[in-house]
Amino acid sequence: MSKSATSRKILLLAPLLLFLGLAYVVPFLGVVRWSFTLPETGLGQYVAVFTDPLVQSVFIRTLRICLIVTATSLITAYAIAYVWVRGNSLQRALAEFCILVPFWISVLTRAFGWLAMLSNRGLINTWLQSAGIISEPLALARNEFGVIIGMTHFLIPFAVFPIASAMRSIDERVLLAARGMGSSRTRTFWTVFVPLTYGGLIGAALIVFVFALGFFVTPAILGGGRSVMVAELVYLRIFQSPDWGLGAAISVVLVLFIGILLALLRRFIKPAHMVG
Amino acid sequence: MPQGMQLGDTKAAEIKAISIGKSFGAFHALKDLSLDIKRGEFLTLLGPSGSGKTTFLMILAGFLAPTSGKLVMDGKDITSVPAEDRSYGMVFQGYALFPHLTVEQNIAFPLKVRRRSAADIKRRVGEMVERVGLVGHEKKLPAKLSGGQQQRVALARALAFEPSVLLLDEPFSALDKNLREMMQEEAKRLHQETGTTFVFVTHDQSEALALSSRVAIFNHGELLQVGKPQEVYERPTNRFVAEFLGEINLLPLDTVQLDGERASGRFEEQTIVVNKSAILAGRAAVAAVRPEHMVITTDGRDANCNAITCRVEGATYLGASTKYHLRTRMGTSLAVSMPTATTQPMPPDTDVWVSWPVHQGFLLPNGS
Repeated sequence: MSKSATSRKILLLAPLLLFLGLAYVVPFLGVVRWSFTLPETGLGQYVAVFTDPLVQSVFIRTLRICLIVTATSLITAYAIAYVWVRGNSLQRALAEFCILVPFWISVLTRAFGWLAMLSNRGLINTWLQSAGIISEPLALARNEFGVIIGMTHFLIPFAVFPIASAMRSIDERVLLAARGMGSSRTRTFWTVFVPLTYGGLIGAALIVFVFALGFFVTPAILGGGRSVMVAELVYLRIFQSPDWGLGAAISVVLVLFIGILLALLRRFIKPAHMVG
Repeated sequence: MPQGMQLGDTKAAEIKAISIGKSFGAFHALKDLSLDIKRGEFLTLLGPSGSGKTTFLMILAGFLAPTSGKLVMDGKDITSVPAEDRSYGMVFQGYALFPHLTVEQNIAFPLKVRRRSAADIKRRVGEMVERVGLVGHEKKLPAKLSGGQQQRVALARALAFEPSVLLLDEPFSALDKNLREMMQEEAKRLHQETGTTFVFVTHDQSEALALSSRVAIFNHGELLQVGKPQEVYERPTNRFVAEFLGEINLLPLDTVQLDGERASGRFEEQTIVVNKSAILAGRAAVAAVRPEHMVITTDGRDANCNAITCRVEGATYLGASTKYHLRTRMGTSLAVSMPTATTQPMPPDTDVWVSWPVHQGFLLPNGS
């Protein structure tokens, strides 16, 4: 391909690059500057990020929640993707419905929906109490449990796509070959089918984990201020206790962490494997 | 799988297919098909695509259940035994190697399923790798191998656990001609070495004739003829088989008359004599002769030969042989294949005699 043809193709990306540059890169450079200059010039805010017990606990909680959410989303998404790819036409339609409907409903609506289900006077607790199964309401929301449920629900569809695409690319004859050689369906599933979807699983894990790290709305509503994650902490530092320097430093550390994570995983898998 | 159901793991098996039928909705993929697969034979299922040969193989493998009929292996009804309990080796079109496993892990797979000891697996895998000539490639993933090498892995994997039957579904159709011939030799050698029953599906008639101890010809879900390669090629019982196995000249005869071991009939006002066959006398039929069984001469006639006068229309040079296109006086076109090295070239418009020994001609029913 000639050089000019290549550069002309880059032109097709120009609107997006321009938008990303103006809306993200330039403002982010401003955030980087705050982190070194507010309230005074120096590395003080970065020292605080790595020593302040509150910031530390929020980072650890964020990592813990993200790891759990990644696991729960992947397991659920694997089951849905399996039905979507290998089920009969009715099962496939049902799976598609489950995957697509969440995309049509805003994240805010869904968070409040879960609150209506999980809160102390929510549907689940009311039913269980009126049925006499429990006397005191279960703590289902305004804690980590609620956050994990809400985030998992949001992130499942994003995990389904790379996994389903890996499942679709499996040659049916390979599975028949395994069975023809005496391997039971269960054994074929675990020793052939699942290993052949590792690429999709890693891609799904990466997408879900990175997405989860920056979650704001769902933890803010379902965590009820008691289970603060990093994004909410940044918000609090900037809008409630004017401490822009610390908020900026936390943001920079988060962005760097995600950048390193993406770079590391890129070395192991091709991007094409992640999204199919 | 219940104990005692263990199907013979080491010795070759025989399978009887009895009145097997398979329908997909209104489409009848197989119609009342009965076939005995003999112990240790190399049976080829030959037919065009859609003829039912692959469906039949999938029923043998246990991947498809027949709509009617049953399968009996070594005296036991196995119609409802699932694929994983039949213990057959299988080589698929496109090889179906496990892409995430190395060559040796692929070959070890069926042995692991059978819970062989680690030492046993190691020994057996080493043996198979050597037998198919893949020493030095043990640690490679299938994607790093050539098509021929992948095919060898597939064969080694299918034979590693000494199956009683090896099923092969068009295994060589993706290979180029030279490699294909090499792999055919390899399959033949492995068949002789292992003594296992081979059931081989192909749509390539020369492959079927070259490899098999017997060939079963399928068309439209029916089994048309089963026999040794020479039998089905030289004595086909119907026109489909005759034409599918290679080019053939068909000479319509009116009113066939039987005369001892021979039969005769009129073709374009000449008498053609052929071997007797099951065709009833007094009916119209077709005399069939393969192009390579005919010779072109410029003069005479021989008592034991049929001969008709023709005009040369053209020739196609095919290397070892040259194919002549001729037309009879009344317009029937004929093809005659002559060895290039020993034949004088014949220019178009030459008037010649086409003759063939009586025993090389045979009768086919008129029509179908």
